[in-house]
Amino acid sequence: MAQFQSLHDAVANNLFDGDTVAFEGFTHLIPHAAAHEAIRQGKRDLTLIRMTPDMIYDQMIGMGLAKKVVFSYAGNPGVGLLRRMRDAIENEYPRAIETVEHSHAAMANAYEAGASGLPCAVFRGYKGADLARVNPDIRSLTCPFTGEELAAIPSHRPDVTFIHAQKADREGNVLIEGIIGVQKEALLAAQRAVVTVEEVVDDLRGSHPNLCIVPHWAITSIAVVPGGAHPSYTHTYYARDNAAYLEWDRISADRDLFAQWMDANVLKATPEMFETRVKDLLA
Amino acid sequence: MSTAAFTPSEMMTIAAARALKNTDVCFVGIGAPSAACNVARLTHAPDITLIYESGTIATRPDVLPLSIGDGELCETALTTVSVPEMFRYWLQGGRITVGFLGAAQLDRFGNINTTVIGPYDKPKVRLPGGGGAPEIATSCQEIFITLKQATRSMVDTIDFFTSFGHGRGGEHRKELGITTKGPTLLVTDLALWRPDPETKEFTVVSLHPGVTRAAVQETCGWTVRFSQTLEETPPPSELEISTLRDLQARTAAAHGGTKEKAA
Repeated sequence: MAQFQSLHDAVANNLFDGDTVAFEGFTHLIPHAAAHEAIRQGKRDLTLIRMTPDMIYDQMIGMGLAKKVVFSYAGNPGVGLLRRMRDAIENEYPRAIETVEHSHAAMANAYEAGASGLPCAVFRGYKGADLARVNPDIRSLTCPFTGEELAAIPSHRPDVTFIHAQKADREGNVLIEGIIGVQKEALLAAQRAVVTVEEVVDDLRGSHPNLCIVPHWAITSIAVVPGGAHPSYTHTYYARDNAAYLEWDRISADRDLFAQWMDANVLKATPEMFETRVKDLLA
Repeated sequence: MSTAAFTPSEMMTIAAARALKNTDVCFVGIGAPSAACNVARLTHAPDITLIYESGTIATRPDVLPLSIGDGELCETALTTVSVPEMFRYWLQGGRITVGFLGAAQLDRFGNINTTVIGPYDKPKVRLPGGGGAPEIATSCQEIFITLKQATRSMVDTIDFFTSFGHGRGGEHRKELGITTKGPTLLVTDLALWRPDPETKEFTVVSLHPGVTRAAVQETCGWTVRFSQTLEETPPPSELEISTLRDLQARTAAAHGGTKEKAA
């Protein structure tokens, strides 16, 4: 049963040191505010799952929260590389991290298998790919009917998943629209599901019957954080802050500049500040 | 056909666009492919279906997206599906005719590395990785590759097989149980390349206007094979070049002069 909480409490009650956690959102609807709250609360030794680690995992890795990252594309979309993540992999700064690397198809399948309650995902993939050589989680099985060899990987079963969505109704049912990515699967694969939303409305019933709605009883906590995806975006609310992604390339390139930026914009900031960050990007 | 002055990069994008058909269902990959696919859609292939891995199907962006998940792609799409549906039904299900990929490192058999320079466990440079490419490379009916020529990107031996092309050449794909064609076209800023029917090694079949064989060899890390019937790529038409430049100008205005490649 979804509980409406402050972002502080939603993170404090659901994310613990040593957890395996997914913050999902495929370019769109990335839960930046929730990640910043995790950083402020100083969570440690997390295993971070995310298809595209992106700016939020660059920040969490750079702040030393992660011991392991499970991912399929370690880039700043449209800009280039993730410089804090690279510094951790190449120079063990600020700490060494373990990496488990997959393809997008594998990650999407692993979330779907997790949501389906299955122990592993089966798909046609990794043929000829060197990832199968360096990642021991990538194995194969033989179709009992046709004899075809298929790829198999463990399903994703996070302790907790965080996503950002457009809106919840007063019961705590959540609507996700636009590029919906893997968020529904990531939520349903997890033991605990936390959603930040732009707003709460009276009722989601009576709209189109096939909308992507997660019922309130599949969600643990909801926090209302207007602008909470920034610099990612929320379809029909505000646009992607492409300039911020470009600027991140400069900030993340330097350890000291990164530390100063995180201090000013995350450690000394509050969830309420996200609303002001999107005011010039409103749809 | 009237022609205009053009840069090698513009020639590359336009030559790549020409390879796409109006009936194609194209999975648009990371980097340069996005511009080529949209030029095709805005010129000779208005009904082409462009699919980005964010789940947007039959998208018709007015400006090139900065990321593969820009709002523009969703707003102009016929429909937007979840990422698991995209990879399971549409890609793995065999619905995609052409996958269009870029590359950081490429070898003569169309194998692509976008993962690491140096050893995987102790990389000299950690690149972003494969994203959707490993399965795009094997599940699409055929693969087009586009990149600018340079000896550091077109190499004799790639450091990591992110996406499988023709492997060691010959029948290597079939030996691994891969039933799709794999790379059938490489478009660079200097030439068009096609795999040899037997060895599967990329062979130059057409030089772009004004390009010499020596220029192709100087910017390629392996010994280049040229077709015996070497052609010259037709230069960009006025329509092609104006379509590309208008698209880039709209994109620059929309993104505040930022880079316009997709990821």
